[in-house]
Parts: sequence; C-alpha cells; structure tokens
Amino acid sequence: MNYVAGILGKLNIHVFPHDKVTLGAAVSIVLGGFIAILFMTYTKRWKWLWKEWLTSVDPKKIGVMYIIVGLLMLVRGGADALMMKTQQATSVGASHGVLSATTFQQLFSAHGTIMIFFAAMGLMFGLINLVLPIQIGARDVAFPFLNLTSFWLFAAGMILINLSLGIGEFSTAGWLAYPPLSELRYSPGVGVDYWIWSLQIAGIGSLLSGINFFVTIVKMRCSGMNLMKMPMFVWSVLGSTLLIMFAFPILTVTLTLLFLDRTMGMHFFTGGFGGNPMMYVNLIWAWGHPEVYILILPAFGIYSEIVATFSRKRLFGYTSMVWAIGAITVLSFSVWLHHFFTMGAGADVNGFFGIMTMVIAIPTGVKVFNWLFTMFRGRINFSTPMYWFMGFIGLFTVGGVAGVVMSVPPADFQLHNSLFLVAHFHTMIVGGVVFGYLAGITYWFPKIFGFRLNERLGRWSFWCWFIGFLLAFIPLYILGLMGATRRLDHYSASLGWQPLFIVSGIGAGIIAIGVGIFVLQIALSIIQRKDNIDYTGDPWNGRTLEWSIPSPAPFYNFAISPIVHDRDPFWEAKRQSNKDTDEVPHYKDIVMPKNSGIAPIIGMLSVAFGFGMIWHVWWLCIAALVTIIVVIIVRSSDDHTEFIVPAKEIERIETEYAARKAQAPKRRYA
Amino acid sequence: MNKKLKIGVISILLIASVGISAWYLHHTNIAVLDPAGPIALKERNLIYFALGLSLIVVIPVFTLLGVFAFRYRETNTKSKYSPNLDHNAVAEAIWWLIPSGIILILSVVAWTSSHSLDPYKPIASDNKTINIQVVALDWKWLFIYPNDQVASINNFEIPTNTPINFEITSDAPMNSFWIPQLGGQIYAMPGMSTQLNLMATKDGIFNGSSANISGEGFSGMTFTVKASSNRDYVNWIRQLSASPKKLTVATYNQLTKPSQYNKVAHYSNVSPDLYNSIVYKYMSPSEDSTQSIDSVTTINNPKARDINGMVMP
Repeated sequence: MNYVAGILGKLNIHVFPHDKVTLGAAVSIVLGGFIAILFMTYTKRWKWLWKEWLTSVDPKKIGVMYIIVGLLMLVRGGADALMMKTQQATSVGASHGVLSATTFQQLFSAHGTIMIFFAAMGLMFGLINLVLPIQIGARDVAFPFLNLTSFWLFAAGMILINLSLGIGEFSTAGWLAYPPLSELRYSPGVGVDYWIWSLQIAGIGSLLSGINFFVTIVKMRCSGMNLMKMPMFVWSVLGSTLLIMFAFPILTVTLTLLFLDRTMGMHFFTGGFGGNPMMYVNLIWAWGHPEVYILILPAFGIYSEIVATFSRKRLFGYTSMVWAIGAITVLSFSVWLHHFFTMGAGADVNGFFGIMTMVIAIPTGVKVFNWLFTMFRGRINFSTPMYWFMGFIGLFTVGGVAGVVMSVPPADFQLHNSLFLVAHFHTMIVGGVVFGYLAGITYWFPKIFGFRLNERLGRWSFWCWFIGFLLAFIPLYILGLMGATRRLDHYSASLGWQPLFIVSGIGAGIIAIGVGIFVLQIALSIIQRKDNIDYTGDPWNGRTLEWSIPSPAPFYNFAISPIVHDRDPFWEAKRQSNKDTDEVPHYKDIVMPKNSGIAPIIGMLSVAFGFGMIWHVWWLCIAALVTIIVVIIVRSSDDHTEFIVPAKEIERIETEYAARKAQAPKRRYA
Repeated sequence: MNKKLKIGVISILLIASVGISAWYLHHTNIAVLDPAGPIALKERNLIYFALGLSLIVVIPVFTLLGVFAFRYRETNTKSKYSPNLDHNAVAEAIWWLIPSGIILILSVVAWTSSHSLDPYKPIASDNKTINIQVVALDWKWLFIYPNDQVASINNFEIPTNTPINFEITSDAPMNSFWIPQLGGQIYAMPGMSTQLNLMATKDGIFNGSSANISGEGFSGMTFTVKASSNRDYVNWIRQLSASPKKLTVATYNQLTKPSQYNKVAHYSNVSPDLYNSIVYKYMSPSEDSTQSIDSVTTINNPKARDINGMVMP
C-alpha cells in the first residue's frame, strides 16, 4: 500500500481552488481570519475570548455566539445568492455569464445548505438560548455543558462547510443532494462528502439542543408557571424541539446511508443493484418538511411576543394559538410527499398528501387572525420589531396562498421545481423565518447588551429587506409561470426572461444593502450605546419575565426565583402598583455551572473527524473519535462542574443594578 | 423631502413600474397561463380556482392589517383601548370555521382533480393514442416512437387533437419532463418508468425542459414539441424513417456519454425494445448498471409492460 495515500487519503496538491470565484472567496476568508487573529493578538484578547465566551456555559453568551455565526453565514449565503443572480441576469443566449455551470451549481447547493442549517438554525438556537430560560424564570438550561457542546458541534459543521471553499470542492447536487446525482457515479469528488459531514455533525448538535430545550421547558419552569401560563414563544419552542427530536434522527440515518453508498460501495439509493433513489427522497423530506416548521414555529412565537408587547395588549386567543401550534406540530409529519407529487405515486397518495397539506393552512390562518386581533383595540407602538411583524403578515399571507395553490396536486404538476416554487418558499422563509429572527434580535438585544439598537437604521434595514424582497421574488413567481425552472445557469434569449432576472438581481442587491444596514445598525448602536441605554431592564414596556430583570441580564438571571400567577406576569406586576419595592429582598446562595473547555475541544475534534471522513484519512478519524471518547470520560468523571455564588455577591450585583436604575431618566418607552 | 413630494414620487414610480410590467407581460409568453391542450387548461383553471378561493381569507387579512394598524396606532388616543381583551368565542369560531370550510371545498377539488388529472390516466379521444418513449440522458432528451421505430434528440412532433402517451425513464440522474403549455411534469427516474398523458389542441411549437437538476449540462436540457396537422406529423415520421443515422446499440451507448447543449438529431431503425432494455438494465440485481447495454433483447415477461412507476418504498 502506498504510504502517502495511507497518511493523506485523497488529499494532494490539486485540492486547492482552481477557478477565480472560489479562490477569491477562499483568499478573502483566510485574509479576514488573519486580520481577526492580528487584532485579537494586538489587543491581547485571546484569554478573554476563551474564558468569557468560547468556554462559557451561560446560555445568553452561547446565544450571542450562535447569532454571530448565524449572521456571518447569512452574509456568506447572501454572497452566494448575489453571484447566482449575477449569473442568471447575464447568462442568456450566446453569453454564458460570469460563472461556470459547476461553480453555479456549487453556489446554489451551498446557498440552500448554509442558509437553512447555519444561518436560520443558528439564529434560531441563538434566540432560544438568549431568552427561553429567562422567559420560564430559570437560571440555566437543563444540561448546560451539553448546550455548549451542541453549539460547538454546530460550529464544527459550519467550519467544515466553509473549508470546502479552500480545500477541494462543494457539492453540486442541490441543498438536499438527491441521488443518484449525489452518488459516487455522478458526483465522484468530495463535494457531497463535505455536504454529508457538515450536516451530520451540525445535525447531531441540533438534535442535542432540541432534547436540551425540551427538557428545560418541561422541567425548569418557575413556580406557578403551568403549561397554559407559558409565554407563546415557549410554546412555539416546545413544538419546535419536539419536531427536532422526531425529525433529526431521520436526517442522521439518511445521511449515514448515503455515506455508506458513497464510501463503502453499498446500494441503498443507487439507481442499480436494487437501490432506490426515491427512498432517499422520501426519507430526506420526512426530515425536511418538519425542518421547515422547526424554523418557523419559534418565529411565530417571536411575533406573538412582539405583537402583544407593542399593541400594549394581551395576546388574543391564547388557547387557540396553543392548539394551533400543537396541530401544526403533529400535521407537519404528514405532508412530506407534497415535495414530490410529480414522482408518479398515484392519485390516491397524491390526493391524501394534498389534503393534509391544505389542512395545515387552517391552524396557520387561525394564528394570523389572532395576531391581527391582538392589534384590535390596542395602542400600537411602531418600533422596529413591529415593522418586521407587519411585513411578515403581508408576505406570509401571499406565500401561504402560493402554498395552498401548490397543495392541489395537478396544479403542482405545473408549478413544481419552477421558480414559482422557489419564490414560494423564499416568501415563507425570508418573510416568515428571517423577518421573525431579525425582529427577535432587535427586540431582545437590550436584554443581553443593556442598550437598544438604533431605531432609524433598523427601519431602513427593514425597508431594504421588504422592497428588495418584492423586487427579487415577484419576478420569480412570474418566471415560474413562464416555464422557468429553478437552478438554471443559462437560458435561451428568445424566451424573453432576461428583464425579470435583471429585476430580481436588483432586488437581491437591495436585500444585501438591508443586511449591510442591519450589521451597521449593530455597530453604530455599540458606538452610540450611551444614547440608548436601557436603565430599567424594561425598554419596550414588556409583559413577560425577561423584562422583570435588569439589562444586561446578570449571569444568574434571577436573584430570587420568581413566582408567577398570570400569562403576562410582569405586565400584571406593573399594573398592581409597586408595593413590593419596599420589601427587603432576601438573597440566597446560587449554584451555577462552571465553564468548560471540553466542549470546544470536542468541537475541534469533530472538525478533524469530519475532515478525515471526507478525505478518507482514516487514521485521523480514528484518532479524533478515540480522543472524543476519552475527553467525554474525563468530563464525566469530573465532580466539580458547579460553583456557588454567595448571597453577598448577588446582593452586591443587585444593589449596583438598583443604583443604575435610580439614575434612569424619566421612564420613557420607545 | 416633504410628505407631498414623497407621496408623489412614490406614486409615479409605482404607476410607471405597473405600466412597464403590463407592457412587458403582454409581449411575453406566460406558458403555464397560456395552455395549448386540455390538461394544461384544466391545470391552469385549478390554479385560478385555488387562488380565487384563497382570496376569501387574503382580502380580510390585508384589510384588517391596514385598518387596525392605522386605527389603533399609539398616537390616535381617540380609539378604544381594551388591554385585557384576549378572547372572543364567536370571533375565534369564525376563523377556525371559515378557513376549514374553504379547505373542505378545496380538499374535494384536490381529491377529484388528483384522479381526473392523474398523469397516468389515458385521454379519451376519437383519435388513436400515439406512444412516445422518453429517455433522459446526460444531458439531452431521447424521444422514441416505438411503433414507427424512429427516434429523435431534443425535439419531436405530434398531431393536434391526438392523445399522446409518454413513457418516461432516465439513463442518467433523475430529471423531470415538463412541457408547460401542454401540461404538468413527471419525474424521469433510472430503473423506473413513469407515464404522462398529454394532448395538444392548438398548432404551435412548445418549449419543454428538465425541471430537476441532473448535473453540469442540466440547463441545456431543453427541447421543442411541434404540434400540427396529422399530415405534417406523418411526413415528419417518414423523414425520420429515411434518416441515415441508425440507433444501434453502439450508437445508443455513445449517446449516453455526457454532452451539453445538444443539437437536434434524428434516427431510424430503432428497436422497439430499446426502451425496456434501458429500464431493465437498472433492475438486474447481478449486473452493474453503470455498464452500457450489451444488446437489446426482447423481453417476453408479460409483466414488463405493467410496471408503471415504481415500487413504493
């Protein structure tokens, strides 16, 4: 056996990028990383970064790290989108555009994968980490160390998928890598392996997070908070985590089977040898459809919190909303086949799944009306989060109609895999999920950092997103009806599609400006933080527990565990005057989990393991796996994973906050 | 900018863009909304119907959103404020029941149309159905007329008002066979044979393409269908029969090699069993499907013709 092959697997000198686009991206990432490293070294922040952030088990800090990664990946996925749009606007007739077909196909595969797995999931877990424990009156999650490990597995997947830019190549088989295209015969390179292993590792992180937050909600609610007193965001996360626990194992198994096909010469999904590619399509959507609801449910929760807060009114139809979430959670497992009505499964099967799909529209419609009637007879304050909410209702309704149209199987035969479909799911995911998460970041930002975001830039960002979205996706609805299919890197000039592709590209550019303004908004708000300081801990006149504690929230969240009697406990407390302020609080010692360097180590070992699997560097896989097991054993035998915060220390921190609150200017809500 | 000027500029922009869009759409073919056959027509009408039915919900949502946002804005202190109003049984019953009613109607339509527009269902007509076998290759379409023993790459002709039965498979990754003006698509999958029944009622040349990503040359997998009189069709078949290129096993194996943006090509002397051989080469448990076919063998198994679609997982 060749020793080099034994040591390096499939790695060789030719794995570095050949085409200009990929090379440019790889070089800019390396340069960016280098500048960041220089900056960190120059300002001597490495120790701080490690101690305060990378090893922190505080869900608020983990949440911030998730959101930073999520926003970075939003930028990366957005850059992919811009390049695709440029190609589609220019590659017509005799011109074949600026990109090769292969690069274009890598771009749309990476765009979909990154946006769903690393941008949307990152922002989602970020927001859940930030607020969920505080909303249920808890000091931490059920399994703090596992929570940090989940983040690091997510980060490991993110690192792997971005490594594909500089070392080797990425998949060209689309974001769900349907076989037989993704099988070894048609995709012999490492692209699909990068896809498999970055999703596999990140997916396990997501599964562990799902379990963690489910247990957190079930076991760690504060005294008095029975299920029907939970904030709507908590309900939505409960639905979402249930879906994660049932759906993600399907993904893990499906990816494993595809890996076995590709690496061990098996035939689960190959065209020949009795393999069945449509089995994969069924399996991947049995995960993929619930995944859509995993993402949208927490966004629904965020909108519910926002519309009640800014309408200064109790959420309308709470019980209906809970049942609607329950119905959506259950139904989302019975509709996966609508992603392939065109497979030829027969009229009965198509009819059944078409009807199930439509049925989901009922609870979703109910939620929309309940949100609208929360505004009814309210006193609506139009701060930035409310803009996102209004934009969401508009876009989501339009996207929902497109979805209902496509749920009729014969209508879907004409719309499936066309740009109409692409426009539909972008309307739901951008208008529903992304708007919700950006609203959530704006809404809860002061709770974490102690100051609000700049309102004016927030609104500008919203208008860029909204107008850009309309310009980018209305043309796609029309193009779909014109017969344009998705994923085209070239089309005939005689079709007359180019003007619409150009408009769509301009729209994407405006969205990119919106992303830029959002990032600028955060940067400027940090610089001008003195102007927007949240002294009271309650910048929006909030309703739920998170607004009852100071901003930024202390690491232990609640000095004294709260007791709730109402769905909007803080709102009710504010209304029942301030009699409790005279009482002298009696603090007790608090037990908190210690930070852990083990989780980032597991994360980095997972990168090594995945890299070894991708490049067939087997010794690296074995070494990484063995080390992970050893490290877990070491961690499990550590009896000193917690520390005690003395009551005195808590008193000192709380007094400091009280002093700060006293300097607050006259109470003024944004 | 003062408010009046702002509103003025925005309305001019809106009117201009609506005008330009209307002019553009008037001059461009919107294939799905411009059907040339009964299936595409019924599918288009279904789209309109579902869209219309949804408006029963959409119009109230947009109206309420606008009215509530304006009326209950913070600065309008004259509006009624009921901070504790959080449920109303009648109102909630309305928005559980009305969408349910709409979905009930649409469910019936979905069920019946799934059956009446089942792609496998033959189209009733006085004219005899023509069989066309479609093979998706890397990256071109092969159309085989088994009865006339001719074949064509990336274009084919049909007579109007005559039902066409397509049998569809792939000797490449999965593709999707779509002619928007004639009707909706169905997947082309290796080792499986799907069916699609379509008919043209108008003369014309219609565009078709693959709707599912199948690799590097995917965007070039376009084809055209010409629908015209029966005489034109017969002439065309005759022309193909006289074609000097013969689709032997060797020629076919050559065709399966990847190639992009292929020109139209015509073949004569096509074995009527070629299609089945292509489907069956993936079904053999002992043979590696990556191989090319050795010979076109007549398949005597009477079940062979009955295997439509696939074994459901």
